[in-house]
Amino acid sequence: MIVTESRLPSAFAEFEPYAEKWCLETETQRWDARLTTPMPEIRDFYDAFTPRFEEAIDYCDKFPLDDLPEDVLNLLHLIYSMIMLSMAVEIFGTQKPADSADAELHRVNAPVP
Amino acid sequence: MGKWPKPAEGSWTEHYPELGIGPVSFRDSTSPEFYELEREAVFKRAWLNVGRVEEVPRVGSYFTKQIDAAKSSVIVVKGKDDKIRAFYNICRHRGNKLVWNDFPNEDVKGTCRQFTCKYHAWRYDLEGSLKFVQQPAEFFDLDTSAYGLAPVHCDTWNGFIFINFDPEPRWSLREFLGPMITALDDYPFDKMTERYDFIAHNNSNWKIFADAFQEYYHVPSLHSQQVPSAVRQPNATFECGHFRIDGPHRLVSTAGTRRWLLDPEYMYPVERATRSGLVGPWRTPETHFSAGLNPGGIEPWGITNFQIFPNLEILIYHGWYLLYRYWPTSHNTHKFEAYNAFHPARTVRERIEHEVASVVLKEFALQDAGMLGGTQAALEYDVVDDFPLNDQEILVRHLHKVAVDWVEEYKNERSPVGV
Repeated sequence: MIVTESRLPSAFAEFEPYAEKWCLETETQRWDARLTTPMPEIRDFYDAFTPRFEEAIDYCDKFPLDDLPEDVLNLLHLIYSMIMLSMAVEIFGTQKPADSADAELHRVNAPVP
Repeated sequence: MGKWPKPAEGSWTEHYPELGIGPVSFRDSTSPEFYELEREAVFKRAWLNVGRVEEVPRVGSYFTKQIDAAKSSVIVVKGKDDKIRAFYNICRHRGNKLVWNDFPNEDVKGTCRQFTCKYHAWRYDLEGSLKFVQQPAEFFDLDTSAYGLAPVHCDTWNGFIFINFDPEPRWSLREFLGPMITALDDYPFDKMTERYDFIAHNNSNWKIFADAFQEYYHVPSLHSQQVPSAVRQPNATFECGHFRIDGPHRLVSTAGTRRWLLDPEYMYPVERATRSGLVGPWRTPETHFSAGLNPGGIEPWGITNFQIFPNLEILIYHGWYLLYRYWPTSHNTHKFEAYNAFHPARTVRERIEHEVASVVLKEFALQDAGMLGGTQAALEYDVVDDFPLNDQEILVRHLHKVAVDWVEEYKNERSPVGV
């Protein structure tokens, strides 16, 4: 029997298949994942998560910011990936911002979580 | 007829007649010779912002700052008397860089009781005095009181730490900032301490990137995606409500309908879900007021963007702000530092709002930065050098004029007419 460890709160178990790829702690990881993932795969996660996006935020918001249980923290990281991928899906239609050419901008410090 | 009234002279630019209205040159952004002069005339004379007081919270807190334009590194440290000081980052014994880790060109920060040189273990206290010399009897009448760290002028305004490399600065920090900037004396920057910091190394002169953030004429074309495609106007224009110039500094205010008061189709789905976006969190803890914030009385006020000469920009929104610094590393490259600063999030939802604003900022800043390589390369053809600027680009005109004026003044001081 294969025991799969659940990462997310049980109410959001339907997103377990996306958790390994998209529960990413840092913006650098999320940015890199966005730029290296084909758009159909990005859209697949985006479309799956969209109906419960606001509900997921409300769920996380019930917990104190400085003491999130691990499964809630994972859900928050999934929300952060949803935000990152929304830029590609909603605004540009491509992974990379239009006209950004060879420019880079590295986030070097941010609050946790 | 525009949406916003212009000064009696008919334009913002003519309101400041010293600016002229003719085409401008950008040779100040392509010439290695000009850059060498600019280092001395601008970056070794102006007050330069290197950080915030929150970055040195305790006695012994320090950070280093490499400033290529001045060919120097400085140590900024809070002393036992709670005073923030700056020193050249060099040991007085044999000239080793005093505070650094494995890479001499990388900045470091931390907290310490004293600074110890790695080479021969000379030690300096937090106020810069030389406190320990190994085998002092081997030296020849060494007067340790004469070998403290070399100071750099350092002062703070409203929590922003500035340094000045001039041995005798021409102005105090307050004099330098002038009335337009110090009108923000009571603006509570100290409440906005939750920061998202960014760094980039860009292939352009530092002024060319500053230009991208001091005019909004480019917004409808380069940043057309700032509104959803369904409601995008093909001939959209942008007009700023108010421009002001004070000495070497400048500001621009724009009006802004609170984005969430618009019909839903004017927002992206991610904005509706998170209640945040391009102009930041929809609900901030409060909108702060200050006499200096909206000098043009623009209603509804959106943002005011303060461009503090030479290389600092503070862009204030409702309840949060953005800060940019452009540090030249050569005549056609610069290091760009940016951060968003918010009230510390109290809830997960507030933190998510900050994340969205910080993600969106990067998207559009990358579009601005994407233009740089092309602009710099084409300017360096050096075949065209009369660039027409319109009234919405008055601040671009002003920055280049001030940089050239400061260089001219420096040159004149060194070779007076008739010599």
